[in-house]
Amino acid sequence: MNTETKPDVVKDASMLKQKEMIAGNFDKLTDAKELGLKISSTFVPGNLNELLMCFGIVNNLPEINALNNAMRKQSGPMIQDAEKMGHSEDVCTYVKADIGMMSRGNIAPNGKPMPDPDVLLLSYTGCYTFLKWFELLREQYKCPTVMLHVPYQGDGKAEITQNMRDYVIKQLKEEVIPTLEQVSGVKFDIDRLRENLKNSAKAEDDLVWVLESAKNKPSPIDAYFGGVYYIGPIFTAFRGTEDAVEYYRLLKGEIAERIKQGLGPVTPEGEVFEEKYRLVVEGPPNWTNFREFWKMFYEDGAVVVASTYSKVGGVYDYDGFRHDPDHPLESLADYCLGCYTNRNLPERTQMLVDYMEDYQADGLLVNSIKSCNSFSAGQLLMLREVEARTGKPGAFIETDLVDPRYFSPANIKNRLESYFQMIEQKRQSGAVAA
Amino acid sequence: MPVQEIIQRCEELFEDLSFSSVRAWKEAEPGRKVVGYMPIYVPLEIIHAAGMLPLGILGGGDALEVIHGDAYYQSYICRIPRSTVELGVTKRLDFVDGMLFPSICDVIRNLSGIWKLMFPDVYTRYFDTPQNFRSDIGGEFYVNDLRELVSGLENLGGRKISDDDLRASIEVYNESRRWVRKVYQFRSEQPWKVPASEVYLLMRAGQTLPVEDHTQMMKDYLAAVENEDRRMKDNCRVIVNGSFCEQPPLGLIKSIELAGCYIVDDDYMMINRLITEDVESEGDHLLNLSEAFIKHSMAFPSKFEPNGEVQGHYLADIVKQRGAEGVIFAAPSFCDPALLDQPMLANVLDERKIPYIAFQFAENSGQMQPIREQAGTFADSIKLWSAA
Ligand code: SF4
Ligand code: SF4
Repeated sequence: MNTETKPDVVKDASMLKQKEMIAGNFDKLTDAKELGLKISSTFVPGNLNELLMCFGIVNNLPEINALNNAMRKQSGPMIQDAEKMGHSEDVCTYVKADIGMMSRGNIAPNGKPMPDPDVLLLSYTGCYTFLKWFELLREQYKCPTVMLHVPYQGDGKAEITQNMRDYVIKQLKEEVIPTLEQVSGVKFDIDRLRENLKNSAKAEDDLVWVLESAKNKPSPIDAYFGGVYYIGPIFTAFRGTEDAVEYYRLLKGEIAERIKQGLGPVTPEGEVFEEKYRLVVEGPPNWTNFREFWKMFYEDGAVVVASTYSKVGGVYDYDGFRHDPDHPLESLADYCLGCYTNRNLPERTQMLVDYMEDYQADGLLVNSIKSCNSFSAGQLLMLREVEARTGKPGAFIETDLVDPRYFSPANIKNRLESYFQMIEQKRQSGAVAA
Repeated sequence: MPVQEIIQRCEELFEDLSFSSVRAWKEAEPGRKVVGYMPIYVPLEIIHAAGMLPLGILGGGDALEVIHGDAYYQSYICRIPRSTVELGVTKRLDFVDGMLFPSICDVIRNLSGIWKLMFPDVYTRYFDTPQNFRSDIGGEFYVNDLRELVSGLENLGGRKISDDDLRASIEVYNESRRWVRKVYQFRSEQPWKVPASEVYLLMRAGQTLPVEDHTQMMKDYLAAVENEDRRMKDNCRVIVNGSFCEQPPLGLIKSIELAGCYIVDDDYMMINRLITEDVESEGDHLLNLSEAFIKHSMAFPSKFEPNGEVQGHYLADIVKQRGAEGVIFAAPSFCDPALLDQPMLANVLDERKIPYIAFQFAENSGQMQPIREQAGTFADSIKLWSAA
């Protein structure tokens, strides 16, 4: 059965709202020239949407384009195009999907060509590949490129030093803002930024409420597959907008209702859910076979109660960060510094352990992405550490983000099924021991 | 001292995966400390000023059997982190008191966290260099970063690092870099006298020896090769690029030479020469080290190039400067920085009509025949070209 073409069964108001927001943004992007708008390409982790909005710049995120193409089964040929152009098989496929998309006319999901960006805002947060990616794009677009170097939280004390913060703020003040002023012709207005940040914080409160609703039993949400939809607006072009505030308000109301009714997560096939296994997942999802992958979970009653991928564009739950209108630039800096992959491995490990406990999970699943050294290098040790510290079983599967060649459904399904059996056995032996 | 003897000493150091010379250095006086570092760059001057011995960790090469390391890394991650973990797990690095992991890629970055988890008693630091090259922005960040490193090493060593210590160390490393440049210059002028495999071993020795000994070794080597009767061959002149982190097996370097290529520049052991001019030794030393990195450091793939106009030019510029005839891209498999940089470098080579070939390796690659054939065909085609 091809679940990809099946229509969504449930369409909550929040879903419709998000759909409308995304479509509107793509239209804005593809019609930017006619509308007299400037476009910035920038990455999801460490994106400065509130700041870009101050200059009326529309935000285009190449990772989102790549994942959209993957979900529409178009990324495979794009990646192969890039490889034919001389890009190595061994490197991150997001980059190659983007380059391949460019060579095929940069067509947005609304069928219109995406105009060239006016500026590349290289928020260098949590991943080295970003640097090379935008150097490669700069070669093509020949547009201004501004680097925002966000230092990695390497020291293992869960601490952002004043030196790191000052460095980011200085770059914002002296490099990023002047470049955006120049590109847009709009003078920076810090009060406008404050307004946007106020909206961000409101939406962030509601997002955290939604993510934490997974502490309920049964969980009313899936925090990985479903989580992708929940983080969509806040991770992309909408953080800081009234629309995002409204979206999260609606979503919160809907989830509250589900809790009241004792319902599990919404799945692409509706309310078919019975919660048997509660999992924490580390690593990004696979996009080429997203629904097929998700189905392997809900078919067996596995719900993801917390995930780290849903923190890649900002961590709001774990240590309570919110964008702060009273400290606008400081909070932009702290936001960038705190994104999940900008935290070191000991911190990431502890975060997983805490999620396992706080969300009463049965186990940790690592979906290791071939493309992504930022996430993947070190995950085997993280898994063993989490198993040792929690006494709960873990499992490891391997896929890719947007390269369909690395999604092997039979293997993954086997691995997941034996993992669920393992959890079951562990439970029974635990019950006998008790 | 004859060349043979010097190179033999270098070979012994290279092959010794227990690092006995470094252990011996440490044991020679109580309280001595050793600080390991990974590629590409850390300011060795500061380690030296703390009275400690910097030790370059460049993976396990082709002689190390990796048994445990594979349990830490998926198959699609390069080999150097797994062999480095292997060195750690098998206690070959048990004498190392501190480890620095520079900001070169996500693999080395994450390895710093692995090290913290696995070896909690070792002083482990992720070492960040700035990607903003304004003295008042990136420079200031870097000076503070260096200050943190200084105080970390002071804690580790139990003593202050004085201004005089820093000045002396900067001078020692300035001298070292001058000799490294001389070796590279000499090789470029008379490559038949200094085979790439010897230069490689000589530079590699600098990763284990005290810097003063290494400088002496370079002096001895250059004096000795002058007198060697080594004939010029009809080889072509190439630059090797992409091997700045995980190292190729020595056999690979020899294969390139045997195939008829003189390697007249490379990016192995960048740490020896990343800083291209003397570091100012008067004034604020940390500021001087910062300025040296910001203003006088070579381009490398993990360093942002702010000027799009010259993106990817550095390799073609080296080709010109060294009078090379072609480029061999030799990058480790799965090395994102090298492999993502390559197309941009290749574009500029294409524009300037500089020929190149590309292959990938792992530190334990065994099969050299295909590489020798590929490099041989390349050398032949260059000769044909230049004859035409
Ligand atoms: S390496 Fe990972 S984080 Fe970086 S661009 Fe690729 S997928 Fe994104
Ligand atoms: S070989 Fe390349 S990818 Fe691997 S650790 Fe070194 S720089 Fe990183």
